[in-house]
Amino acid sequence: MSVFLMGLAVKTILVVSVCMLIVAYLTLAERKLMGYVQLRHGPNRVGYWGILQPIADGIKAFMKEEVIPANADKKVFIIAPIVSIAAPMLLLAVIPFGDTVTLFGREYTLYLSNPDIGILFVLGISTLGSYGNMLGGWSSGNKYGYIGGVRSTAMMISYELSMAFAVICVVLVSGSLSLVEIVHSQAGVWNIFKAPVALLIFIISGLAELNRTPFDMPEAEAELCTGYNVEYSSMKFALFFFGEYTHLFIFGCLVTTLFLGGWHGPLLPGVIWFFLKTFAVIFFCIWQRATFPRLRWDFVMKLEWKFLLPLAIVNVLVTGFVMAVV
Amino acid sequence: MKDKDIINVRKRQGEKEKYVRPLLKGLAHTMKKFWSKPKTIQYPDQKREVSQRWRGLHELTRNEEGELKCVACGLCASICPARCIDVTPYEEEGGIRYPKEFEIDESRCIFCGFCQEACPKEAIKLTRIYDFVNFSRDECRFDIEKLSDSKKHRFKQKKGKYEHLLG
Ligand code: SF4
Ligand code: SF4
Repeated sequence: MSVFLMGLAVKTILVVSVCMLIVAYLTLAERKLMGYVQLRHGPNRVGYWGILQPIADGIKAFMKEEVIPANADKKVFIIAPIVSIAAPMLLLAVIPFGDTVTLFGREYTLYLSNPDIGILFVLGISTLGSYGNMLGGWSSGNKYGYIGGVRSTAMMISYELSMAFAVICVVLVSGSLSLVEIVHSQAGVWNIFKAPVALLIFIISGLAELNRTPFDMPEAEAELCTGYNVEYSSMKFALFFFGEYTHLFIFGCLVTTLFLGGWHGPLLPGVIWFFLKTFAVIFFCIWQRATFPRLRWDFVMKLEWKFLLPLAIVNVLVTGFVMAVV
Repeated sequence: MKDKDIINVRKRQGEKEKYVRPLLKGLAHTMKKFWSKPKTIQYPDQKREVSQRWRGLHELTRNEEGELKCVACGLCASICPARCIDVTPYEEEGGIRYPKEFEIDESRCIFCGFCQEACPKEAIKLTRIYDFVNFSRDECRFDIEKLSDSKKHRFKQKKGKYEHLLG
């Protein structure tokens, strides 16, 4: 028993530290990629090729003065960034990074846990991340923050729907709610070929959930001067930032798990395949951010309610029909 | 910019409903740019080549014997629109004139180059140095000594002891 607990503790520490390191470097990756798209170099002064930039950013965030506005709701103001980083970090527990490996005669699973309702857990917790944005904007006593928070809420309740329908499609195709089972069912054909429309819907609504650029309504720099986190400074701001990038990483993992066959792939070991696919998805997210301009607020809502949601429902119906007939 | 460089998202009202192709076009465009070379000039390490006719920091030229060519006629001082040249002439017996003091306030100079044009002796000229820095306004007053060795004032980055480790 104690060996089991030890193994679990080591695994947890390993997963969290590796993933947090990756997330820290996602900030650098984003700035570098955007830089090269815009014919610039991006950060390249701290360390060779800017490799120490995330560390420098972290130190800087720690050194900054902490400001809590006088008319802020203090308790909520402090809780909000914690919520926004805690929710995506919880999701690390159910991401299946790889299959079982045998070390020193014992079998280890390369995921922390495998609940039977894995995908429901993911949907539930990932929504909590938006609560962080919402509470942060609402509690900071600033009109821009408030508008950012309101928009965050509106995005959450609308895009969550089409995302859930896309997931239902995957569940129909794979026949299980457990993430590990979903990956196992893709051993032959990946879900991207079985449910391409669901992938499209999932990616679009995922980008909206992530507040990435075509849909970055809650923090529209040009109109709201970064929206919900406008009053935040120092490490609290960094936590919001970090939470957003953790969400991006989790999103990459989810797309890989649900659609791109998880750890399945020829030649290379499973974990490497998993991370390769995840990075490909994250690269796409950054690439499209460097390409597309922000949508207007009413267009964002129109896209969801008039196009994405009906499409997702029809998609589920058609998939169900095909599954029943075949 | 050529016509083909412009991405027309919506050409006519009738094509309004075309969304997907322009989006893909945009993605292809940014991908192409991603692989092309950055245009940045890495300033302190790499300096921009300026034109041959660039007007930068002044220099007082000397003849073969190493004496200042300037005869302290004061033409440059009188034509200078910013009134930033101060010449104090000195005349030796036998008619040899040279400047006792020659000062240019580089912080007031507008780098028009009139002084260079007005000089009958080609004694003052504007070099291509554009990145000279000083810590105070007094240091911006360049005297004869500073003006005869302009290259020295070019900005060089001082490297810290461990800076090479940081790249
Ligand atoms: S460049 Fe123009 S402003 Fe400067 S010293 Fe010469 S004449 Fe005066
Ligand atoms: S630099 Fe030329 S114009 Fe100016 S005082 Fe000397 S000789 Fe005359």
